[in-house]
Amino acid sequence: MSQGVMVVPEQRDGELRKISFEIVSEGRRLADALGQSLTALLLGSDIKDKAPTLGHYGADRVLVADDARLGTYTTDAYVPVISEAVKANDPAILLLGASFQGKDLAARLSAHLGVGMAQDCTGFSIEDGNLIAIRPIYAGKAYAKVTFQDSWPQMATARPNVMPVNEPDTSRSAEIMDAEFNLDDSVLKTKVVDVSKDESGRVDLTEAEKIVSGGRGMKGPENFKILEELADLIGATVGASRSAVDAGWRPHSDQVGQTGKVVSPNLYIACGISGAIQHLAGMSTSKVIVAINKDPDAPIFQKADYGVVDDLFKIVPVLTNEVKKYL
Amino acid sequence: MSASGVKQVPDTETQIRIAPDGQSIVKDDIKWVMNPYDEFGVEEALRIKEKFGGEVTIVSLGPKRVTESIRTALAMGADKGVLINDPSAEDSDALATARALAAVIKDMEYDLIFTGQRGVDDDMGLVGASVAEILGIPQLSVITKVEVSEDGTSVKVERPVEGQTLTIESPLPALITAQKGLNEPRYASLPGIMKAKKKPLEEKTLADLGLDASQFGKEARKLKVLELTPPPQRQAGKIIDGETPEEKAAELARVLHEEAKVI
Ligand SMILES: Cc1cc2nc3c(=O)[nH]c(=O)nc-3n(C[C@H](O)[C@H](O)[C@H](O)COP(=O)(O)OP(=O)(O)OC[C@H]3O[C@@H](n4cnc5c(N)ncnc54)[C@H](O)[C@@H]3O)c2cc1C
Ligand SMILES: Nc1ncnc2c1ncn2[C@@H]1O[C@H](COP(=O)(O)O)[C@@H](O)[C@H]1O
Repeated sequence: MSQGVMVVPEQRDGELRKISFEIVSEGRRLADALGQSLTALLLGSDIKDKAPTLGHYGADRVLVADDARLGTYTTDAYVPVISEAVKANDPAILLLGASFQGKDLAARLSAHLGVGMAQDCTGFSIEDGNLIAIRPIYAGKAYAKVTFQDSWPQMATARPNVMPVNEPDTSRSAEIMDAEFNLDDSVLKTKVVDVSKDESGRVDLTEAEKIVSGGRGMKGPENFKILEELADLIGATVGASRSAVDAGWRPHSDQVGQTGKVVSPNLYIACGISGAIQHLAGMSTSKVIVAINKDPDAPIFQKADYGVVDDLFKIVPVLTNEVKKYL
Repeated sequence: MSASGVKQVPDTETQIRIAPDGQSIVKDDIKWVMNPYDEFGVEEALRIKEKFGGEVTIVSLGPKRVTESIRTALAMGADKGVLINDPSAEDSDALATARALAAVIKDMEYDLIFTGQRGVDDDMGLVGASVAEILGIPQLSVITKVEVSEDGTSVKVERPVEGQTLTIESPLPALITAQKGLNEPRYASLPGIMKAKKKPLEEKTLADLGLDASQFGKEARKLKVLELTPPPQRQAGKIIDGETPEEKAAELARVLHEEAKVI
């Protein structure tokens, strides 16, 4: 019978990403609820030194698949390795992060294993020994509570920035083992030929803890400078409404909303954004929402925890200055 | 030659209402549109056809109303459409949907398959990868740039991920899932719409495709919806008081620090 929880942490350039600690922590909670063990399956190149850290966050066991061909993620290389480990270990639950990598991987892996998959979940629980997942659908206009039917392992990805991270306990040590796998070069069809880093150095919107977003009320691309100043100060990422993106003021990758990025930061500051249904859908799971808009009837105020009815060009620069007091 | 998957979804303006069964949404007055990400996929397929020749086939699984979205793609310039229309397939999950789509595509000659990076209904983003798995071809997901090699045997794509853009090369055939930024989809022209009416649009059942209907539909789902609920209600919060913008900004900074504790 399928037993235990398996998580697949994510590394980039040999460093564990934050999402990894989120899913190890969540995996720990689920394993405790089942009274079973938590295994982390770590793939990478020269990655073994990172395995103990996963133990500190709650893994009982770390299986390490160390291979030069696993250093940079490709779907082709990761799917067969994980699939082999899943078959050998037969976990009841398989949890990945809903990062770009995790979503690509989980989609293909679920089809490969022939199992059901719950993408981008914001909550998990165990009921009668089964995994229950909560997923926002229609970009958050409704929530679906889902479970699995004749499908092992029960497979899901967790939305970044939602699962609380355990306090690392350095006295906890995981059993570290080599994963057994056979990776045939003939299956490696795609190749990452270039990686260009985004020069802003900011965290991606999907993983950001704080976001400062601008809309059509920003009036032009040059004015986003005031949002960037605030963002840099508080460690936020700059986002945009579709109007600001379609006007060419901001890149496509900055769009927040139903047809952009769905975000869940602790703090979302919307500046000059009216709050159209597609925009609200993408950011309404933010913990604290602030709206700065000169129109008191703007729908964004219906969702905002704190609203400022005023000209954003007068508010934002002063806010930036005031915030300095608290840093 | 390429195939493009087209899914019909509720227009993004739609206020989602939960049906009395608590497991589905009220579908009565929904305006159905082509999934916005599929428009990018169709457009890219057309651009590649314009450069290299060949045909673009639109493939969809869904009820009769989906014909309208397929016609839209034909009016944009696609050559033919196939609609898998079978009541047994209603409410199928991603893997079953992919099996049906792949059953149509496998018998075609194809170099590229496009799907959207996700449906803006269930927000799954699974069908593309599942089709690729069934056909045994590479997947390139959430792509914003596609460059087919001159000899037509490989493709180079750009995939923006957190803080990086990856350039990935793959042999063809391959499946690409389209992300915003890939292109600006064209509108169907009036002559295009007229021409589309005469383009072939075939309808097939699961049996026509040699598929076993018992593996499809709600009962066969591996991921089961127990319940839909409205999102947690957000209350309109507090409007920050102040005589001047300076006062308001100072008060906002204070509450964010002291009350909300986010700064
Ligand atoms: C298929 C489809 C998909 C879509 N997907 C998305 C999506 O993913 N994300 C998204 O954001 N939108 C999306 N939209 C667009 C959406 O419907 C709205 O058009 C868009 O969100 C509006 O952007 P905005 O709030 O910046 O602009 P507007 O609605 O024009 O609002 C501008 C606001 O700025 C305020 N303002 C102006 N000047 C100032 C000032 N000096 N100080 C303070 N406030 C000021 C105004 O009062 C106004 O409320 C989509 C639309 C469609 C049809
Ligand atoms: N029933 C369907 N018919 C055709 N294409 C589909 C169907 N369902 C999903 N797709 C394709 O797969 C993409 C991702 O959908 P999903 O996995 O449902 O989020 C969509 O953008 C479509 O291109």
